[in-house]
Amino acid sequence: MDSIAHPTQRQFNPYSDNGGTILAIAGADFTVIAGDTRQSEGYSIQTRYAPKVFPLTDRAVLAVNGFAADGNMFVKKVKQRLEWYRHAHSKDMPLRAIARLIQTMLYARRFFPFYVYNILGGIEEDGTGAVYSFDPVGSYEREACRAAGAAQSLVQPFLDNQIYFNNQQPAPGTSHPVHLPLPTILSIVIDSFTGATERHIEVGDGLEMYVVLAKGRGVQGLEDVRGVQELSVTEEGERIFVIRRDLKKD
Amino acid sequence: MDHFPANWGRPRNDAIDLYATHLLHPRPNNRAKDAFADSVQRTQQPIVTGTSVLAIKFKDGIMMAADNLASYGSLARFKDVQRLQAFGDYTVIGASGDMSDFQFIQRLLDDIAVAEIAAQDGHDLGPVEIHEYMSQVMYGRRSKLDPLWNSLIIGGFKDGKRFLSYVDLLGTTYTASTIATGYGGYIAQPLLRKAVEGYEDVLTAEQARKILEDSMRVLFYRDARSLNKYQLATITAAGVQISDSLHLETSWDFAEGIRGYGAQTQ
Repeated sequence: MDSIAHPTQRQFNPYSDNGGTILAIAGADFTVIAGDTRQSEGYSIQTRYAPKVFPLTDRAVLAVNGFAADGNMFVKKVKQRLEWYRHAHSKDMPLRAIARLIQTMLYARRFFPFYVYNILGGIEEDGTGAVYSFDPVGSYEREACRAAGAAQSLVQPFLDNQIYFNNQQPAPGTSHPVHLPLPTILSIVIDSFTGATERHIEVGDGLEMYVVLAKGRGVQGLEDVRGVQELSVTEEGERIFVIRRDLKKD
Repeated sequence: MDHFPANWGRPRNDAIDLYATHLLHPRPNNRAKDAFADSVQRTQQPIVTGTSVLAIKFKDGIMMAADNLASYGSLARFKDVQRLQAFGDYTVIGASGDMSDFQFIQRLLDDIAVAEIAAQDGHDLGPVEIHEYMSQVMYGRRSKLDPLWNSLIIGGFKDGKRFLSYVDLLGTTYTASTIATGYGGYIAQPLLRKAVEGYEDVLTAEQARKILEDSMRVLFYRDARSLNKYQLATITAAGVQISDSLHLETSWDFAEGIRGYGAQTQ
């Protein structure tokens, strides 16, 4: 006789939180996508270098934060879909199409979600810098800037103030700029991460900043940057650069 | 309606078959299936467990250490267990967590090793490939909510490159120059980082061996599920070498000087 088995309480939790923070800011004709490189679980640092930001195409970069195992699997699957697209259409998928693809892939797992916050940055087909941010089940919107992850609550208000000029009164007879220049944004990104490293234990070790430049835009603003490294093969089309910095390791 | 008459059961009237001589053969089960019935077996916990594995990079490759104990709860059940296992000519896997799950993993890897040899295609699996395979297996099993309850360290040396990585029951992965699983993550990892970070390319095999031995000793003093019998694996350009069991020298002299806890009168 087989008895009717009762569903028992599961104690295995298939998720974990691996800390870290990511952020992206769009400029007029460029986008900066950044993330720290610490991976932790609880109070333990697992490694000081685990990338969270991944170039997808020549004009799209994806930053992934949350449960690292889900994040790596998700990036792997997105890259595979983009490769299939390249084989089918002999071109890279446009940024807004990648954004919709990501929403579909996330929502497909609505009832066993990828525990991951995604921020997609790059250049749109019209040549403007763009940032798309997602929640773990696929809700998304295009924005000018977004922070996510462990130190989101520290970084986002800083960005709201420095990028959107919230709660800032322009000097009489002047107005706030609509788009900030690249060097200004790079220093805001570095300041965001040094600040988050000071005040959040899960942020630190290293910083990786990807810069995507629109087609035909020169490298102005990047010339004097220490240690900048180009990833794109040609100067035609959009170009991707990476800048690495140390963060405090304590 | 169940169309198998045998499923209808015995005749109700005892007068017809008083002593139940009527044979009931195994019948097809047509009852409604409980979708959750077999989920009960899946929820598992580790039973026979191994404690920490330690691994570091050094000048010529990777060195790993694990003791020979497999515990059954707090019982030191098996004291001659190998938790460092070589796969192919370039890779060693060290396992903590459930030892029967580790034996299952060894079987999986033996199977792909056989397939790889049979292929005779001039390629062989290095530590990078074995790490990728194990991370997919572990993540796949956690996604079925039927995890392999282990933390694995994969160390190897192939084509002039050192490789050291970690995979666990959640499918979480990373690489680093020092890795420690379990209790070692709390006790040994700080010692390893202090001794290794920044010195990966200068540490000699002898220095690496001493760092690991000292860390294993600290673990033996503090980790109640550990043993003073351990093995070292060294993976270099020369290949994989796993030592015989080594004995940790410990000193308990300091206990003589402790006052205030025990039964001493002064």
